[in-house]
Amino acid sequence: MKKYGELFLTFLKISAFTFGGGYAMISVIEHEVAEKRDWLTKEEFLDVVAVAESTPGPLAINSATFVGTKTGGFLGAFFATLGVVVPPFVIISILSRIYGAYGSNPYVEYAFFGVRAAVLALLVKAVLSLSKSCKKDGYFYVLMPIALAVSFILNVPVLAILAFGAFCGILWGRSHNALS
Amino acid sequence: MLYLDLFLTFFRIGLFTFGGGYAMLPLISEAALSKAWATEETMLNFIAVSESTPGPFALNIATFIGTEQAGILGALCATAGVVMPSFIVILIVANFYLAFRKNKIVANVLYGIRPVVIGLLTATVLSVGQSTLFPNGFVFDVKLLISLAIAIVCFIVIKKKVHPIIPLLSSAAVGVLLGWLGVLG
Repeated sequence: MKKYGELFLTFLKISAFTFGGGYAMISVIEHEVAEKRDWLTKEEFLDVVAVAESTPGPLAINSATFVGTKTGGFLGAFFATLGVVVPPFVIISILSRIYGAYGSNPYVEYAFFGVRAAVLALLVKAVLSLSKSCKKDGYFYVLMPIALAVSFILNVPVLAILAFGAFCGILWGRSHNALS
Repeated sequence: MLYLDLFLTFFRIGLFTFGGGYAMLPLISEAALSKAWATEETMLNFIAVSESTPGPFALNIATFIGTEQAGILGALCATAGVVMPSFIVILIVANFYLAFRKNKIVANVLYGIRPVVIGLLTATVLSVGQSTLFPNGFVFDVKLLISLAIAIVCFIVIKKKVHPIIPLLSSAAVGVLLGWLGVLG
């Protein structure tokens, strides 16, 4: 019982004090679960990150579920994940009430005018770091622009483009195996 | 049934996002705009609020859209939807993750998807850029110059690894100040 409480509170703290989510959260999680506590070794944590990156969904949820299930089984996973979910849920529920009440106030609109430009900068930075972490080979230089163009110009549904990427990846793997 | 729609839509988004929160943005904005859960401008404000508050981006935006559409229960459905795919998949995978990591098909699918995710995200950022800088068509005015200036300064600041909350709050202050001075019309 104590372990579940500790999992819940640890991940609550991680979620409540990390901005930007995902990758910003990874180093905080590592500190909490592999350095401060011995829930996982550093090597196991690297595996957690690798698995979190290769499974769908938000990185923070993936790693919380993984750490939780390793240390406390199903209930451990449940409480760790709940810990991640609670802070944004509470904060945003309150903020969206405020947004609903004051969203059309001119000064709130002025503030959003400024923040939107800042967000654009954050997003550009996010794309750049994401693409930095991706291997730049022939495949990247063909598929990246295709996905960009069919999404931006032709408005092809996102899922169809993702499925196309997965299909191309499998084909590429087959042809590579045949060659080697 | 709005609750079910919120749950299923965010479940689908959670299930098909590889590469964390930001990779989710193309799917979220596609769904929110096509279901009229948000206009382009409110979508930008949602992103702004999600970026300025702690917690994973995906959960923030799910809670925001859920609350706006159907109150606290709506937020619960959207959040449960976005969380559940990861939760289930990790529960299954955690016990044989070494085999999962070494699986050829998984590796190939991920390899195939990664450049596509970056292309999709770039497309989303381009349309965010377009609606931030040119909200009323291609008009060249003072507001465009101000937005560009804020964005460029923020980009330089973020590159220096300054905590994102600082440029976000400063930009809000600049916006309020310029509005008070009457520059924003």
